[in-house]
Formats: sequence, C-alpha cells, structure tokens
Amino acid sequence: MKPAPFDWHAPETVDAALALKAAHGEAARFLAGGQSLVPAMNFRVAQPGVLIDLNRVAGLDSLDWLADGSLRVGATVRYRMIERDAAVARRLPLLAEALAEVAHPQIRTRGTLGGNLSHADPASEMPAVMLALGARMELRRASGMREVAARDFFLGPLTTALAEDEMLAAIIIPPLPPDTGTAFLEVARRRGDYAMMGVAALLRRDGAGRCAEARLAFCSAGPTPMAAPVAAASLVGTALTGADIAAAAEAAKAEIEPMGSVQASPAYQRHLAGVLAARALTLAAERAA
Amino acid sequence: MKVRVTVNGVAHERDVEPRLLLSDFIRHEIGLTGTHVGCEHGVCGACTILWDGAPARACLAFAVQAEGHDIRTVESLAQAPARLNALQQAFQDSHALQCGYCTPGILMTMTAFLAENPKPTEDEVRHALSGNLCRCTGYQHIVDAVLLAAERGA
Amino acid sequence: MTHSFGKPLTRNEDPRLLRGEALFVDDVELPGLLHVAFLRSPHAHARLLSVDLGAARARPGVIAAYAAEDLGDYWKPGPLLVPPPPVPGMVFHQCCQVPLVKDKARHVGEPVAMVVAESRYIAEDALGDIAVEWEVLDAVGDLEAALQPGAALVHEHLGVNVAAKVHQHRGDYAAAAKAAALVVRRRFTYDRGASIPMETRGVVAQWDPRADRLTVWDTTQAPVVIRNGLAAMLGLSERQVRVVAPNIGGGFGPKMMMFYPEEVLVPWAAMRLGRPVKWIEDRLEHFFATTHERSQIHDAEIALDASGRILGVKDVFLHDNGAYDPYGLTLPLNSQCTLLGCYVVPAYDSVFTAVFTNRTLVTPYRGAGRQHGVFVMERLLDIAARQLGIDRNEIRRRNFIPPDAFPYDQGVIYQDFSRLSYDSGNYAPILAKALDAIGYDRFIAETQPRARAEGRALGIGVVCYVEGTGIGPYEGAKVQVQGSGKVSLATGIGSQGQGHATAFAQVVAEQLGVDIRDIEVTTGDTDQFYWGVGTFASRGAVVAGSAAHEAAKVVRQKILKTAARHFECAEEDLVIADGKVHVVGVPDHSITLGALAGLANPMRGAVTPGTEPGLEATSYFGPAGGATASGAHAMIVEVDPLTLRPTILDYVVVHDCGTVINPLILAGQIQGGVAQGIGNAFFEQLHWDEQGQLMNASLADYLLPTALDVPRIRMDHTVTPSPLNPLGVKGAGEAGAIPVGALFAQALEDALDLPSKEIEILEMPLSPSRLWEISNGG
Ligand SMILES: Cc1cc2nc3c(=O)[nH]c(=O)nc-3n(C[C@H](O)[C@H](O)[C@H](O)COP(=O)(O)OP(=O)(O)OC[C@H]3O[C@@H](n4cnc5c(N)ncnc54)[C@H](O)[C@@H]3O)c2cc1C
Ligand code: FES
Ligand code: FES
Repeated sequence: MKPAPFDWHAPETVDAALALKAAHGEAARFLAGGQSLVPAMNFRVAQPGVLIDLNRVAGLDSLDWLADGSLRVGATVRYRMIERDAAVARRLPLLAEALAEVAHPQIRTRGTLGGNLSHADPASEMPAVMLALGARMELRRASGMREVAARDFFLGPLTTALAEDEMLAAIIIPPLPPDTGTAFLEVARRRGDYAMMGVAALLRRDGAGRCAEARLAFCSAGPTPMAAPVAAASLVGTALTGADIAAAAEAAKAEIEPMGSVQASPAYQRHLAGVLAARALTLAAERAA
Repeated sequence: MKVRVTVNGVAHERDVEPRLLLSDFIRHEIGLTGTHVGCEHGVCGACTILWDGAPARACLAFAVQAEGHDIRTVESLAQAPARLNALQQAFQDSHALQCGYCTPGILMTMTAFLAENPKPTEDEVRHALSGNLCRCTGYQHIVDAVLLAAERGA
Repeated sequence: MTHSFGKPLTRNEDPRLLRGEALFVDDVELPGLLHVAFLRSPHAHARLLSVDLGAARARPGVIAAYAAEDLGDYWKPGPLLVPPPPVPGMVFHQCCQVPLVKDKARHVGEPVAMVVAESRYIAEDALGDIAVEWEVLDAVGDLEAALQPGAALVHEHLGVNVAAKVHQHRGDYAAAAKAAALVVRRRFTYDRGASIPMETRGVVAQWDPRADRLTVWDTTQAPVVIRNGLAAMLGLSERQVRVVAPNIGGGFGPKMMMFYPEEVLVPWAAMRLGRPVKWIEDRLEHFFATTHERSQIHDAEIALDASGRILGVKDVFLHDNGAYDPYGLTLPLNSQCTLLGCYVVPAYDSVFTAVFTNRTLVTPYRGAGRQHGVFVMERLLDIAARQLGIDRNEIRRRNFIPPDAFPYDQGVIYQDFSRLSYDSGNYAPILAKALDAIGYDRFIAETQPRARAEGRALGIGVVCYVEGTGIGPYEGAKVQVQGSGKVSLATGIGSQGQGHATAFAQVVAEQLGVDIRDIEVTTGDTDQFYWGVGTFASRGAVVAGSAAHEAAKVVRQKILKTAARHFECAEEDLVIADGKVHVVGVPDHSITLGALAGLANPMRGAVTPGTEPGLEATSYFGPAGGATASGAHAMIVEVDPLTLRPTILDYVVVHDCGTVINPLILAGQIQGGVAQGIGNAFFEQLHWDEQGQLMNASLADYLLPTALDVPRIRMDHTVTPSPLNPLGVKGAGEAGAIPVGALFAQALEDALDLPSKEIEILEMPLSPSRLWEISNGG
C-alpha cells in the first residue's frame, strides 16, 4: 500500500496554489490534512499526478470571528485548532459537539474542515452540520471568488460544486440566533467511525417559548448530507412537546434516502434516523429553553 | 528531492521521492524502527508519532511535509539507554503489552494525552485510547498502566 | 530462596519492546535489500489465460518478475500439514495451495505474479504494468449451494466441492431421541472472521554464498517446521537454513499456517538473485492472503429427559474450508469434539462436510473451531432449559461430568488423532463462582425487574466451556548456565506475545535459584534450538514449559554435582539460591553458578570418563494427551432498546487452567481472548458479495474492538492440576475467546426479552443492525 508517484508542490500563496491548479487541471489535487486523500493514495484508488500541498500557503490557517459574529474557518484550519477554541464551544456548540465524533485525536491533529467538506463524504458529520448551521463556502479561482451555500455545495457522494480550477478557501458559519438550542447525535459501530446514522438538530424558540425555527440534517442518510425540511417545518409554531417531536422525527424518516452499508441495512438506518432525530430534537429543545 | 526532517531533536537530511510516507522515512531511511506500521490507512494507530507535540499518524503524511516540524518517536521517551521513562515503566509494571507491536503508538498517544490531562479518569483514558488498536491485551492493563503512570505523576 | 514460579512477575521481554528496540521482521535491513510485491487475483474464480510480464520487467528499478511458468520444477502445491485423522469411513480430498496461480485462481488475492524491485514503491508500480487475461467463472460461496448438483467446482478434478466428510458417533442417538421427553432441533450459523494481528505477515531471506547458508526471518509461529520444509524444497540440508521468528506482532493461529506462497517464493528469489529479498504483507493483502476462520452451518438437535438430563446430541454441519485444505480437518474436528463441552452426552452422532469455496483459506484462529461447538451446545441447553422450565444454570449443573469421572473418555477422535479424553476437571465450583461473582440471583430477583420497570433492557448471560490445550507431539528446551552466571534457555517454538521469555524463566528459576532477569530465553531461532513443532492450540506453556522444567532439573543435578565436588561435601548438604551454591548453614561460603560453569568446563587436566562439559541440558517433553482446561464466563449487558447498541456492565471469567505459572500473564491472555471473543460476537464479520469479492477489506470496515468496546474483566480461578505434565499446567491461550458468542446470544436474548416473543438468537456474529432485524422477527 504505497502511493503512486506524483510531483509535489508546496506553494506559499493562494495565487500560486491556484495557478498550479489551473495549470495541471484534473491531474492535480490539493492536499490539506491528508487524512482522506493519503489513505486513498496508499490504496492507489487515488493516483493524482500532481499534489498541491496547501499546508504552507500563508493565510489559510486562521480561525476568525467576523464583525457580524460569523466564524470564518480558513481552508487549512485543523480540527484540533477548532476543537480547542473555547469561543467555538460557546458560540457554535453544534460544531464542537459534532467534531468530537469525527475520527480520533490523532486524525484531528492534521485533518482540516476544508479538506473534509471538499471531500464531501455523505457519511461525514461535518457536511450535515454545515447544512444545519447554514454555512457558506468561499470558493476561489485565479479569476475571482464566489460563495456557495452548504445546501448547494454538496452534489453527490464525493462530489461538490468546486470547479476543476477552484479551491475551497474558507468556510463561513453564521452565528446562532439567541434562544437557539442545538444537538448532534450519532450511532457508529465504534467511537471514531463514520456514523451509521447521525443527525444535527437546531431549534429556535420565540418569546413565548414556541418553536420559531427548526432545522434537521442527517449524515449517512443519502448521497449527500440530507436536510429534512418538511419535518423541520412541521415543528414551527408548536410548543415542542414530546408528541410534536415524535411526529417530526417520524416524518424525517421519509425525507432521507439511506443507502445501507456493510454495517447497517437501509431499514435499520431509517429506523435510527427516527430514533436519533427524536433524541436530538428533545435535547435541542431543552437547550433552547 | 532533498528533505531535512528533525526527528527526536536530530536533523536528518535525505534525498527522497515526494511519495515516501513519513512512516517509511522514519523506519527505513533513518532506521528508527520503533514506530510500527499496521495498516497504512490511519486506523490502527501503530505508527502514531508526535508532530509538533500532537499525536498524528506517520502513515498519512509524506516525509517531505515534515520539513520544519518537530517529529518525536518512541525512541525519544527513555531518558537514557537501557532505562524506561515513567510511562514505559508503568506499562511494564501493569503488563500492558503482549506482542508489543501496538505499544509504541500507544505510548506516543498517551504521552500527549497525559501532558494535557495529568489526572484522567478511566473513562477519559479509554476514550483517548480508542484511536489505537491493540489485538492482544483487551486494553485493560493498558488502561491500568496509564492510570498508574498518572498516579505516579508521570 | 526466592520463588518466582506462580508469581505475577513483570516480563523480561518488555523493556526492549517499550523502548522500540525489539526486532520485528520488517525491521530487518540488509545491504542491497530488494522488495517484493505480488499481483493477486482480482477474481474469486477465474481461469488464467495469460500473464505478460514484459512491461513490468522493463520498468526501471525492477530486478525480476515471475509468473508460475518461471518457477519451473519449483512450482508445487504445498504440503499437507495435518493429515486426516484415522476415523473409519471418512472422506478427505487433499488440495493444497500453490505458489502462483497456474491454471485458475480460486480466491480473490491468490498470488499470480511476483515482482522484485529496488523498493516496495517501485514493485507496486510494476504491478500496474502486468497484463493478465482472465476467463471469469462462477464463484462458489454459499455452503449449501456449493453442494448442489451443477454448482461451479473449485477443484474440477474432484467432481464435487466436498473437501471432507467425517462421521463420528457413540451410543445410539436414535434410541435416545425416541426415549426423550424433549427434543430441541435448531439451525445455527457462524460466519467468517479473521485474526488480524496488528503486525501483518512478512518474510526476509538472505543467501550467503560464502557461508553457503540461507537465513530467513519469518513471522511464523513454527520456525522449525518452516526450516525443514524450506530446506527440502530448495535442495539444501537443514543445517544450511536458519529460520528466525523474532518478535512477532501477534499470531493467533494464522501465522501457524504453512507454507504460505510468499514463504516459499521469497527465499527462492533471494537465492536466485543473490541479493536479500523482503516481502512485507500490507493490510489490504492481509485481508485476502492470510487465512480466515469460522463459517459453519449446524443442524443440531438435543434429546433430554424430563429432568433436563441429556440423552443424546445429533449434529450435521457444513464447514467452509476456503479454496484449499492444507490444514486438514483440525477445525471441524475441534468443533465436533468441543461441542460435547463439560457435559455427559451418552449418545452423540455428528457428521460434518467440509466444503471447498472460492474464498481465502480457513485455518485455525484462536479457538479454532471450538467456538462453534460451544455455541451450538450452550444454545441448545438454553433453549431446552426454557422449554423444560428449568433454570439455565441448573440444566448445566445436572449434566456436568462429575469430578470423580476423570480421566473422562468422550469416545471420539480429537485433532491430535487420539481419543478425546479429559485429563481432569471439576466444573460445578467454576459455575458456582461465576454465578456468585456476577451476582446472578440478585440480578434476576431485583436488578432486572427494576430495570425493566424503568424501560431499560438489562440481561445476564452465563455459559460454560472446555478447552482442549497442550497437545503433542512434543517440544524441547535447552538450558545452559553461562560463564557470566546468567542462564540461557532456548526452545523451538515461536513467541507472539505470550510472555514465554518470562514464564519459561520462572519455570527454570524454580530449579536453578536464579533471578528471572538473569535468564535469557530465546524462542523462534532454529540456530538456537533444532527441534520443535510450533505455537498453537495453547500448547506453548504446557509442552515447551514442561520441557524447560525437565531440562532445568537436569542442570540442577549437574550444578549440585559440580558444587559437591568443589566443596567436597554431599549434594544433599548444598543449597542453591540467588545465583550461588553454598553448604547448608554456611551461606557466606558460596560459589557462583558462573564459577561452577567454569569448573564444569575445565581447559586442562583430566575429567572422569563419561563427563559432559558445562552445566547444560536438553530435554524433550511429549504429553500423553491434551490437557483440558475449563471455565465459565458471565456478563451483564445493557442494550439501548431503540438503537440496539449494547454496553457491557460487568464481565466475569472463572477459569481452571491447572497450575498457574504467572497470574499476571494469564490475566493478560484471558483479557485479550475475551476482547477477541467480543469482536467475534459483535463487531467482526467478513462480508462477501455474490462474485466472491470481500466487501470490507480494511480496518475502517472490518471492526476490531477498541478500548471503549472491551469492558474491565473480573477474574477468578479454580485449580485442577493436569496429571499429564510435570508442572500440572493447562493452556490458557484460547479460553478467553471461546464462549463469548454463546454468552452474547444468551445475554442479549435476555436483555431484550426475546424468548417472550419466541425469538431466538441462533447466529454469530451480530451487529446492532442485525440485532434490530432479529428482534423484529427478521
Ligand atoms: C481513521 C480515520 C477515521 C476517520 N473518521 C472520520 C469520521 O468519523 N468522520 C469524518 O467526517 N471523517 C473521518 N475521517 C476523515 C477525516 O475527517 C479527514 O480528515 C477529512 O475527511 C479530510 O480532511 P483533510 O484535511 O485530511 O483533507 P485531505 O485528505 O487533504 O483532502 C481531502 C480531499 O479534499 C480535497 N481538498 C482538500 N483541501 C481542499 C481545498 N481547500 N479545496 C479544494 N479541495 C480540497 C483533496 O484534494 C482531497 O480530494 C477519518 C479519517 C481517518 C484516517
Ligand atoms: S499504520 Fe498508520 S494508523 Fe495504522
Ligand atoms: S500488544 Fe499486541 S497488539 Fe497490542
């Protein structure tokens, strides 16, 4: 299990990285934390002829709070940096809670959020969390920049809106409104494994304690991270009673398309989605109180 | 291409292909064979080293990427030849290894863990260990060893 | 004198391992070393039409590439390791693995071509250059379909996929069934798993033309047998071949299998090319190329009287052999024999068919077929107890072989070809201790009802088992006092983490009165010890340990004799302690063992005729039969009633492995065994598709339990020494793993209250997904 040969470039600026990508096109891959790409290369399922290592690019590795309260995560910010940031834990507890379920500390030392989202594994926790948080992807190419909402970014298994000459430069996560509770829950075979089913829930209450906004997003539930907008909408205006939540969780099961794996049958995954949605919504409702 | 990597405080310069895995560089280029390889896809943890102080998989990085970073391996733990450090001693005292193949990776993971969490609970130790597979011990004695090392103030 | 035998001493082998200094096979570096990669069949079953190595050979950095044709006369099917047992009427078709595919590939991963290059990276590049033409054939996977007329044939010349058929019986089962108050009949299935040691396999070979010798470093559990086989294959004398099994990163059985194709080819290439050659299996190869275990389907029935006493058991089972059968019938025989367990079974009728399939070979992995037997019998007893309204523990108690019935002849032929006879045992106290430790009565009376009332699903399981250990034929050991006063001990078995360097030192220290740190143990080097068989069937401590004991006793006599001459006193007046010998009552006046070793090897003068130089002895031990260990496991498990994820709340092992040499090492063996048992019961399963492709060949998808999946294990022991060896020991290597499947089935059924819904768990392994299906009647 040794990787096929490649040319390695370690540019120091975004422009240089983008120029390399433009020059080499499909043959080139960006290398961020390497925690998905290198295993694939070791198995030789990925054999890029050119690797553009982003780890020495200046300016991609910072975590910044923007004026509007959003968090801007540079493309090479490592999980380790995010999970150790007290402000993230306080202001974006959903991200912190879900991060703890991603792999193991040794993987999080090097793995990056940007690499994870670019990889777009539908079983991964992070895309679902980005969907629930309404994050935006900042994509750059030599000729300019565009922003794509999370819901438009993930197009299929390992497929994103990134064009061949584009780089994911940063992820922008808007702040949580007040009176919002979130929860992330998953069932994996073992700690650190990709989940058999996972769910991110977000609930906001109005002044009267009723549900003003609800979001649900699942991982391992289809070809992309799967939102359950119908189920979520059914909660708006309710008092978030056990019955309200149970009905929404049941409804969410119809909005996902679990594909099954060696670990779990689609029927079991769907069952889990209902169980976890109910539990996560209950938790989020408590936290929003 | 030329690469200069600092392992256990010593700089090693070698001419390598960019594709050379850091694990192979450590083991076969500079001959520090204490770092083991069990899967080359990041799961087993046998190759865990410290990368600027944080535990990381040597099988998921290229040697050329390590230039300018501080890499530590199991060979750096004992302060003197033929001695054991406190964590290693606790491993022997608790019978925390059988074949010993997983052990170097576990020692490196636990070294970083104890540095941040010097008085862990059993549950915390088990969580911290969950990224390292051991096929021989059933983990119990490893957990005991880490708790013992913590108690002794390792 | 300080006793070390029986003490929980820490291990001699640890410091080097902990400092990262210990030598494993992949650590061997030699000048000019070449590296090998194998092209392996991508198909489970396909005729090989052509292999074109031209482009691979032309790649810079490639030294050689070989296909089957290039091997000439060296191409031969491997030897039959274990011949079939002498059971009347049995059928056995020998079809052993080949070094490289010649006519057709019979499982995914079977080696087709070998590339030797300056680095493993280049060797893997060259695999992509090789052009192969295949004619893909239907794959044989399902055991029952394999036996249907018209099924594709793994070995066409046989005309069937039957590898073997063995019928063993005692008593009259038909009569027993007729007389029975209850007959329980069920189908049980047990699917494939793998041993997955953390170190994969590897071979390094170096031919030294000046010394005219071949040295092979091999991750084998049986270096002596490898040496003998290699010498024969390569036309060398055994003296010309040295096989070293240095530190081995876990074995668990599959590293006992021989000869793997790579083991045959790497030394051959080293001799042919005149440069040292290394092959290290990568994890992907490991999933296909290292042997597996476990698929069986049992149609079993048990006949009992109204009081729950067993009248007879009948079992018809299929055993998945994989593509070749070099290991003979060890596995299904173990299943057949171990099924009888701790119980009196007056009538037993068992027939198995071993089936060739287009899958990786199946050879023993920790437990080695015993799991299946225990699973079937324990499940049958659970179901019978329920139907008769008897407590599950009571039905076991009523059927235990009584302590005065030993040695107990089971009347069937065991894997060592002798009649299965239990040397000693006392089962009721083991069960009693286990029940007491787990708090069975209180759990049933209070804990479980309370939990159920709170909507929690708690269950308890208790199962019993026996483990045949320490079988022959023999092992040997050489003990020698060095001039330094240190003692060396060498034996022919290999060591894969079992702590032999410590346990054997304790055995020797007991005789020679030296600190175990002053005893250097060498295992697995054929230059250090010539004879031996291998480390399998929990036999290291029993057989090699006994040989070490015998050799140490002889050395002790030599020490006393030499010292008596030195002190001019009677041997009876001497005391050996702390590395010295002194006359009783005069401890200040002593001589060290090192000095005595010098006296025993005089450089001048005359010695008495018949004197052998040195303080040294070699002894061999061959037990009359296997030593039968036994035990009970009990656990309390909580299951999330919605996600079906279990959490083990308490786990107890009570074990009887006779005299204990080192309780610390024993505890480690049991804990590690239970961890593998848990993996086998709830995490590990190899999944195949219709074409015989393995679907989860990675450690991300084949799930080894982590530190969060294996609970703390509480342990207790009873001691019924074995009369069959001088130490009274029985093996313990497999005890942890054997009964865990049966335990999980019972405890999970109990937790989910499945019997009340008439649902039973009759299969292994499980998973949350599968458990959800089962508990919903699927
Ligand atoms: C043992 C193990 C367990 C794991 N468990 C989990 C888990 O439970 N959950 C989970 O979510 N993940 C898991 N992972 C994967 C891990 O999260 C990866 O780190 C992550 O998916 C990829 O991030 P990376 O920075 O390592 O990206 P890389 O591996 O460097 O890159 C991934 C892909 O993204 C591309 N890419 C990287 N950066 C950019 C960019 N800025 N712009 C455009 N393309 C880019 C690369 O070319 C590549 O195709 C696990 C990994 C391992 C080894
Ligand atoms: S070898 Fe790196 S994690 Fe297994
Ligand atoms: S001690 Fe053998 S793998 Fe851990």
